[in-house]
Amino acid sequence: METFADLIECEDVLLFVNAAITSTGQREFHSTQAEQRLSLRFLHSYIDGNYPEIYAATLALEINDHNAAMIIRNLLLRHGGDGALIAWRLSRMAPQRVYRLFQDLRRLGVNNRRTRAIIAGWLSGRPDLAFDAVKYRTAVKDAVRHAHLRLEGELGDFLFAPRGRTRFDHPLLDAWRRAHYEQAAVYELPYTVAEGFAARHGIKREIFMERIAPRLTRLERMRLAESARDQGVEADLAAMPLVRLASYALSLPFQTRARRRSELTAALRASAARAAGTRAGTWGRVTAVLDDSFSAFGSVTKRRRPLAVAVACHYLLEALAGDYRGLWLSGGGDPLMARPTGPTPLGRRIVDGLETAPERLLIVSDGWDNAPPGLAAEVLRVWRTRLDPGRKVSIVHVNPVYDAGGFEVRRLAPGVPTTGIRDAEDLPVLVELAQFAEGRTGLAELRGYLAERAAERVARR
Amino acid sequence: MIDLTGLETRPAQTWGAVRLVPLVRREPILDLRLHAKIYGDELSMVSLPDRTGYWAYIPHAFVASWTGDGTPAAAYGTQIDEPARRIGIRTRRRMARRVDKNRLRFLPMHLAVEGYLALHFDGPEIVWEEWSRRDLSPRVEAVYSGAEISGLADALRVFEIYPGQCGLMIYVADSLAAATVVPHPDDYRALHPTLIHDLYGELIHDYALYHPVRDFPAVVDALRVASLDDLRQAAERHEREWASFHDTTMAAEMLSSPGRVEEVYRFGPFRLSRFLPRFEPRRENHIGETITSDDGQVAYLKTFRLSQAQIRRGYLLTRLAAHDWHLGRTADALGTTPADLGLRLERAGFGHLLRQHVLDHYRKAAKR
Repeated sequence: METFADLIECEDVLLFVNAAITSTGQREFHSTQAEQRLSLRFLHSYIDGNYPEIYAATLALEINDHNAAMIIRNLLLRHGGDGALIAWRLSRMAPQRVYRLFQDLRRLGVNNRRTRAIIAGWLSGRPDLAFDAVKYRTAVKDAVRHAHLRLEGELGDFLFAPRGRTRFDHPLLDAWRRAHYEQAAVYELPYTVAEGFAARHGIKREIFMERIAPRLTRLERMRLAESARDQGVEADLAAMPLVRLASYALSLPFQTRARRRSELTAALRASAARAAGTRAGTWGRVTAVLDDSFSAFGSVTKRRRPLAVAVACHYLLEALAGDYRGLWLSGGGDPLMARPTGPTPLGRRIVDGLETAPERLLIVSDGWDNAPPGLAAEVLRVWRTRLDPGRKVSIVHVNPVYDAGGFEVRRLAPGVPTTGIRDAEDLPVLVELAQFAEGRTGLAELRGYLAERAAERVARR
Repeated sequence: MIDLTGLETRPAQTWGAVRLVPLVRREPILDLRLHAKIYGDELSMVSLPDRTGYWAYIPHAFVASWTGDGTPAAAYGTQIDEPARRIGIRTRRRMARRVDKNRLRFLPMHLAVEGYLALHFDGPEIVWEEWSRRDLSPRVEAVYSGAEISGLADALRVFEIYPGQCGLMIYVADSLAAATVVPHPDDYRALHPTLIHDLYGELIHDYALYHPVRDFPAVVDALRVASLDDLRQAAERHEREWASFHDTTMAAEMLSSPGRVEEVYRFGPFRLSRFLPRFEPRRENHIGETITSDDGQVAYLKTFRLSQAQIRRGYLLTRLAAHDWHLGRTADALGTTPADLGLRLERAGFGHLLRQHVLDHYRKAAKR
């Protein structure tokens, strides 16, 4: 028997998971950075205070790194959570984020035995600590100091007494030493470190880019592909995650997008096919309503992020579905030329979408329905109550934006599940999670699901 | 009466206390284009033909380009230049001035505001003994810039401009603060950010602090829907209902506002004019300026909502002027006594026009 409290708990948890998937504490179209952070901080302490076990278990879900770091920090602060799960989540996080988390812990004075063990465990799992020591020098120093570690051999000297040695055995450490006076050694270092040395040596940007090109990471390559195109920096597009790729494509001017259409489309399709994996072509007739209204611009810190998510979903659904139709709010038909402009007539487009008689209808939007306001909710309500009471068409709303004022992603209608989304690759899992929000499954199932996912994560390690 | 045919009302977007109603033109006007000329935020002085000076904060001017034969006019750079940073006072000759054969520079809103300030500016025509002086100089009014209206900047920032949009009505706490109409969607896109530099009355400033507004959500009667087509029709009905409610109720008082229209400039097939309201207390009163084409179509409109004190001042001045500035006859017409009228004048900020001993006498009479 479901009690009222169970329902509330179920709702709270889903609300928190949606927030933890989408919010990055950055400025959004409708709210400032400060509003986002305040809202998110409150949500974390609310869930941590009321449902401590569930709070720890959400680490197993597809939440983003920003929220995972917040959860781990709060768990270590109050000695809670499962160490194995924390270690698993840390191993999936980008190293710079983990180092920032460790620095946070140091600043907050969280230095229990467990924290030290987790830091030591994570550091021992790094493939090449010497590389980290060069690239994230201060952060590694802080982490080592905070965990009371004694590094063996030259690494300790490198961090804490670099002038004590005339040479290092590790080639990277030695390159760092030589780079202080030798220009050639600069190009053996990671790009971010080399950039500083290049400035010190007064190396011309063009020469520097040309020679550092082989050392660039995948993301750096993509970031610099436009500014350093002449120096031979080229992004490996097909290997990129879908949303990042879409963001990159949308950042190009229209002429460039038109000129490189076949290349970009092929890369997007390849990335989508990889993300779809074995599920490709299994979803049947799918129609998507995709939001390219002005608010899809996001903010200056998250440029065109909501639009990029919509474009990425378009290509992923194309791969997942047997028969796919994508409807853009502006009426445009070309996702590559998408541009955030105009109002949000969600209601009308949903009617258009339902008219195509799909098996699944997906709505990708930030939920600010304004032309006219509230029509989408009415359309969905009437559709569910009058036209499709048997729920033959499965409708899911995925929302890439956390609404700071409402403490969750903005919903369209009570009868239609809304779930947050960050990476388009998670779409299939999120649609699975959305069924909890539809009220068909209860708290027991939700708890079971969380426990199962957590166990799965730890076991796979 | 302002005639907004050719402009369609679309669903409003709300943010805090601000409701923004977009106006969309099916067919944009091609032979008249506007663009802004940004001046920066120093004080400006405009010398007027009657040798008086108009001093105000004028952030930008509009430049209108037109063709006489109906062919499309090139937007003379529909773009916003960086404001020229300079210290000092800018002086400009006249409110509307031809800068080239086919270009007219005018100071938006200030044309209308000057019209209001200059209302019966010459003062009493017959020097009745009660009056101490012969003109109203200097007439001063204070207004707020859009940046000072709480929430307006955010509302304008998150507003999603419609395709084909040529105008915007700004409501604060559901009272009309300003209306803007331009000839072409590209002009609107370029001029949308200048709305924050426009003038807004004290009333609007205060309303913005206290009264958040809500959307009018669409409601569909589920019992009358049997198919998707019905849903689509219900949506269209809702939009029609909203548009007619807006045009006949929310904007009605502004549209019927002009009581006196004065033509300022005539160029090509267009005329630039300003209008003053009838100054009816406790009603909406808007001053504004329009550019209309020969067929009466409004190509450009900008209005300013007067606050109650400003309406009262305008009302008293028009009443006095209608009765040759005779206090007794004016008081009779208003159904009051000269003493009461004198005190009303003082409260409205015109006390300095009356001789001191006359005013003292009125005060004494009021105490009794």
